[in-house]
Amino acid sequence: MRQLLTGNDAAAEAVKLSRVQVIAAYPITPQTSIAESLSDFVSKKKLDARYMRVESETSALACLIGASMAGARAFTATSSQGLALMHELLHWASGARLPIVLVNVNRSMASPWSLGTDHIDSLSQRDTGWLQFYCEKAQEVLDTVIIAFKLSEKLLLPVMILSDGFYLSHFVEPVSIPDQKQVDRFLPERKTRYRLDPKAPHTFGGGVSGPIFARLKKDFQVSMEEAKVIFRELCREFESIFGRKYSAVEPYRTEDAEIVLITVGTITGTARVFVDQARQEGMKVGFLKMKMFRPFPEEEARKVLKGSKRIVVLDRNISFGAEGIFSQELKAALYGMDPKPEVIDVIAGLGGLDVTPENLRDLCQKVLRGEIRSGKPHWMGVEG
Amino acid sequence: MKRVVIEEELLSSGHFACPGCGETLAFRHVLKALGRKVAVVTTAGCGSVVDGYWPVSASKVPFFHCSFGTAAATAAGLKAGLEMIGDRRTTVLAWAGDGGTFDIGFQSLSGAAERNEDILYCCYDNEAYMNTGIQRSSATPKGSWTTTTPIQNLKEEPKKDIDAILAAHRIPYLATASLAFPEDLARKVKKAKAIRGTRFIHLLIPCPPGWRFQPDLTIKLSRLAVASRVFPLYEVEYGMHYQFSPMPEKIPVKEYIRLQGRFSHFGKKMVEALQREVDARWEELLERVRGHEPSCQ
Repeated sequence: MRQLLTGNDAAAEAVKLSRVQVIAAYPITPQTSIAESLSDFVSKKKLDARYMRVESETSALACLIGASMAGARAFTATSSQGLALMHELLHWASGARLPIVLVNVNRSMASPWSLGTDHIDSLSQRDTGWLQFYCEKAQEVLDTVIIAFKLSEKLLLPVMILSDGFYLSHFVEPVSIPDQKQVDRFLPERKTRYRLDPKAPHTFGGGVSGPIFARLKKDFQVSMEEAKVIFRELCREFESIFGRKYSAVEPYRTEDAEIVLITVGTITGTARVFVDQARQEGMKVGFLKMKMFRPFPEEEARKVLKGSKRIVVLDRNISFGAEGIFSQELKAALYGMDPKPEVIDVIAGLGGLDVTPENLRDLCQKVLRGEIRSGKPHWMGVEG
Repeated sequence: MKRVVIEEELLSSGHFACPGCGETLAFRHVLKALGRKVAVVTTAGCGSVVDGYWPVSASKVPFFHCSFGTAAATAAGLKAGLEMIGDRRTTVLAWAGDGGTFDIGFQSLSGAAERNEDILYCCYDNEAYMNTGIQRSSATPKGSWTTTTPIQNLKEEPKKDIDAILAAHRIPYLATASLAFPEDLARKVKKAKAIRGTRFIHLLIPCPPGWRFQPDLTIKLSRLAVASRVFPLYEVEYGMHYQFSPMPEKIPVKEYIRLQGRFSHFGKKMVEALQREVDARWEELLERVRGHEPSCQ
């Protein structure tokens, strides 16, 4: 069934299809309509779940930690300040190996206030042990949520799905809604060996010694690495049932490209339009869409970018005092590659600043003329 | 004689508590009153540390360590999760100290209480951050010594009245309970177990190292706290219907504080001031009980 949905509608629809059992959420723009739709589904008995209208994002995630420890499938959605407020519990949930799925609708961090999108909110949570998947389209949000539950429950790792505020969360797109039976086949009900059960009492999360702590963290890292393989397998299985293809990274017209743009989130859609136009005009450009950020898909990125002369990273974020985070991560992933590509970092679209195909054309022309080179990050659309 | 609690011990010996610890004794009483069909959520604090380090755990019931400020929310989510997987009978117990209840966990508790989440929340109140080594909390009594309220800079504010605040949430059941009156404690826990919605039990827990007294005085101090009306025993239903529990004859506050090093700097004036505060609170409580006498019958 095809419907016109916003990214937020698509997220809520996916949660319903995934038969989530406990939802706890707190309103924040631009996430709120996910929470509203889910409350509506539960109230109208379209979804058999407990909806907890909590008093903060901290309590939202705390509720899900409890619910997930009981063995239930749990979901929340948030944005920006709300995600930051959850920070302590993001660590807690991953450390407890709880398969919670969270949609964060990316929005810039105050101060000053801005409702516009950028990725600093979620990238600030890079080291909390959550998998991160950035989405380009509403359809991708829907599909990624469903894949995320299966991946999460298989690996006992929590997953964060990222959707650009307004550009994705509020724009309407045609979306194919999968059949419930097919989703049930792909994603059966959650089974868990370890949970809080009076019939088999265990203590979870108490004190451990240094050697045990380090052991557990190494195991965690092993699971993160495993996530790359399992994600690939699940995408293949998903494609065989639903006919839509996803991957950790997606190259587009990169083979002979003189410039490869690195794109994350909705800027990818803009890059698609730009690259097709530019190719017609004879400009050899392509892009690499980064869907997966944690674990970081360095092998896939190296494979695609091997032999590239110039890589221009469109970072909708900045790590102040350093540079854009995708640029840093990519440089680390490409370290030692021969020949060594030039990596140019561009800070683009902070606070929802629009990035247009014309901006990308102008950028690429300047790069080709040698006016923008690697070194300090270049700020798109900011004078001086 | 009819047993008020089960014979089985649900808290093992060999836990990490200090000698004379009131918290572990209270936890033992509460678990014995609840029985096996329980799942516990505990925050950072003595209750979390004394349970033991992996691979040992003193608790024989499911036990989850949650973050410091989220006992009530985690417990509420656990209850919701259990119900969604088909377990409607397990009692979910949130076990938190005064820091985790009066201070850092206050918002989470207020939120859960306002939503009337189906949890039993027990606060073991030893009137300071004891696990980190005796720092002031909002449960610390006025004038009490702690490491962050030294003699030169004593706490000037009275203890936060957490019970009045919880009662104002109109939760179905609230009670204060004492280690010196274990049958009363067990009765209240069992009564709370049978009620749906948010239930709050406030336990005053003497702490030998924190209050500066000999470990053999824990029960005696619990009794003196009740007798002096520093910690009166009562129940409140729906925030309206107050009812006293049996208590010994009223004694002067001096009897209670003279055994504790944290009050050793108290001169005559400070003792009198504390007596006045306790008397005023007692009068206030009497008013509430009297005000609702008809509905208590």
